[in-house]
Amino acid sequence: MALSQVKSQESVMTSTKELPLWKQDGAVPFLRIEGVTKKFGEFTAVDNVSLDIYENELFCLLGGSGSGKSTLLRMLAGFEEPTSGRILIDGVDMAGMEPWKRPVNMMFQSYALFPHLNVFENIAFGLKREGVNKKEVKERVMKMLDLVQLSHLAKRKPNQLSGGQRQRVALARSLIKRPKLLLLDEPLGALDKKLREETQFELMNIQEELGVTFVVVTHDQEEAMTLATRIGVMNNGVVVQTDEPHDVYEYPNSKFVAEFIGSVNMFEGRVIEDEVDSVTIASKEAGCQLFVNHGINCSPDQKVNVAVRPEKIRITSEKPAQTANCVYGYVEDYAYMGNMSVYKVRLYSGKEVRVTQPNANRKSMERFTWDQEVYLSWDEESSVVLTS
Amino acid sequence: MNMRALSLPDSLVETLSRLTMRFNFLKGIKFGRAAVISVPTFWLALFFFIPFVVVFKISLAESEIAIPPYSSLWEWDAEEFYLEIKLTLGNYLYIFEDALYVEAYWSSAKIAAVSTLIALLVGFPMAYLIARSDPNKRTLLLALVVLPFWTSFLLRVYAWMGLLKKNGVVNEILMGLGITDSPIQMIQTDFAVYLGIVYTYLPFMILPLYTALEKLDGTLLEAAEDLGAKPYQTFFLVTLPLAIPGIIAGCLLVFIPAVGEFVIPALLGASDTLMIGRVLWDEFFLNRDWPMASAVAIVMLVILVLPIMLVRRNQDKETV
Repeated sequence: MALSQVKSQESVMTSTKELPLWKQDGAVPFLRIEGVTKKFGEFTAVDNVSLDIYENELFCLLGGSGSGKSTLLRMLAGFEEPTSGRILIDGVDMAGMEPWKRPVNMMFQSYALFPHLNVFENIAFGLKREGVNKKEVKERVMKMLDLVQLSHLAKRKPNQLSGGQRQRVALARSLIKRPKLLLLDEPLGALDKKLREETQFELMNIQEELGVTFVVVTHDQEEAMTLATRIGVMNNGVVVQTDEPHDVYEYPNSKFVAEFIGSVNMFEGRVIEDEVDSVTIASKEAGCQLFVNHGINCSPDQKVNVAVRPEKIRITSEKPAQTANCVYGYVEDYAYMGNMSVYKVRLYSGKEVRVTQPNANRKSMERFTWDQEVYLSWDEESSVVLTS
Repeated sequence: MNMRALSLPDSLVETLSRLTMRFNFLKGIKFGRAAVISVPTFWLALFFFIPFVVVFKISLAESEIAIPPYSSLWEWDAEEFYLEIKLTLGNYLYIFEDALYVEAYWSSAKIAAVSTLIALLVGFPMAYLIARSDPNKRTLLLALVVLPFWTSFLLRVYAWMGLLKKNGVVNEILMGLGITDSPIQMIQTDFAVYLGIVYTYLPFMILPLYTALEKLDGTLLEAAEDLGAKPYQTFFLVTLPLAIPGIIAGCLLVFIPAVGEFVIPALLGASDTLMIGRVLWDEFFLNRDWPMASAVAIVMLVILVLPIMLVRRNQDKETV
């Protein structure tokens, strides 16, 4: 995961030479979603969402089921009309524009391949509707089949293909018209783990090669982390945070985001000292003072949560030198997972803390066992204070 | 695509076997499977195959004034150990010699084909609307389609006679509205026959069409639109091809009974509306020529079965 993250960020860096578009002042977004709301009767599926998505981005809408991410995607494709708000693609207002007129193509979660047409005909479907002549249709479809490595299966019907092959046909079909904007609804959802990983990289390569702007909807945080240039986390119809994968993970802006993405330990506490660039928090749950080296907007004595990722916590049998950010408990359970070990530590406050420790060395690593008393500690820059 | 779920006996077997799947204790027991299949098999043997053999036998005999009114096919002389078999193909030859029969077949097929086409054109939008309607309303709409079956077929045809006759309801309304001055001749025309057949067999068209359209995945239509197909293109390129199994099933279910239809042309049609069902009736009851009537029936069966078998063979090839 880490490797691909670096890769995706590199690709953005090299293509823009400098700052990515979303960090440049005055950059014109390719897709602009302005205060879009969608109601189904009394139910608000998408609630006043505004997003700017830039050219060549691979933007992930991440959220659980019912978060409104799919409805948002369907509004981009034109299958639903927003109740209010505007959608602009390349500066053109999409209001009232039928799906077949939009410069957008979609890859469906179920792939939606036409069962009565073979692979070639499925991919050629969109081109034929454009009135492209037969020779060019053939050339472009063959080239696309090459790209997704399915040239040998052109004559097969969809029901004669494996899941991975179908997925590639669906991708090819949605790319053949060279859309400015490609929408992908859970593109990797139906694939097994190994195939997913391969396809993720393939998808990124294709995106780089063709220079299409992707909007991907997914409920899978790992998928979002790997693929995305930026992630928009959705909950109850609202986009709660929009950031690069690294920032979403390291600096979540709310309890929801911290808990939704990755696993996290959350300590409840009250602010006792609020400096410009640091906060000290008293936490009964932790049983010690928590010190965080970033400032926050808060009132004195406000109730806050301090979030620490399991992999940022050190586990030791001897008491570390620091007094803040250091808690004490016993190992309740642990699991050896090969590349890392997971410990569940019960603090004497009753709080359970999850710690992961990479098994970097074969022998020299200290191991802990059930009921062993341990100290947990972390650096002051490793935790995040969450006010909401 | 389950193309095989079309023909009636097949779908009957399928439905039954699906039902039994729910009773887990039958699962994996060969006896259960055999028992289930044996019911329709027995039914078909008893009410189709055996009568068919009897009719076929009679068609090879000669007409006689006797009881029963046909010659027996063999005579066994026990004393001389002598078996005499008498088979005649004369009845079949006569069908092709006398233009009346050929014309009757032809005209029946034509009337049935036109009626089937009309039923398809009327039934498709109805089936489509039902399949696309709110799932809660579908059951009601389907019940309405089947509702006419609650009244006897014969009564409904008589009702049409009352509606269509010279001083019937339809003519009264037309004249009352001033659309026409004198009553329009509707009964005893081909129009009335088409109307009667389409009306009677429309549910047999709608139901299989509904089944095919209901299975149609809505995202396929969205995918087509997304790829630039206008609604009419989506219909002809996606909806229609995927409804073909339903169309074939519906057309067969309307065409086959319509070809042999007797009551509708007899009651609603003109005296010169020539249909094979009527010829058959006359041959049997007026002429009392049982062998000839049997031959007419056998030929009709062959004419109907051959195209169905061709269709089936094509489908089998496609599915392989």
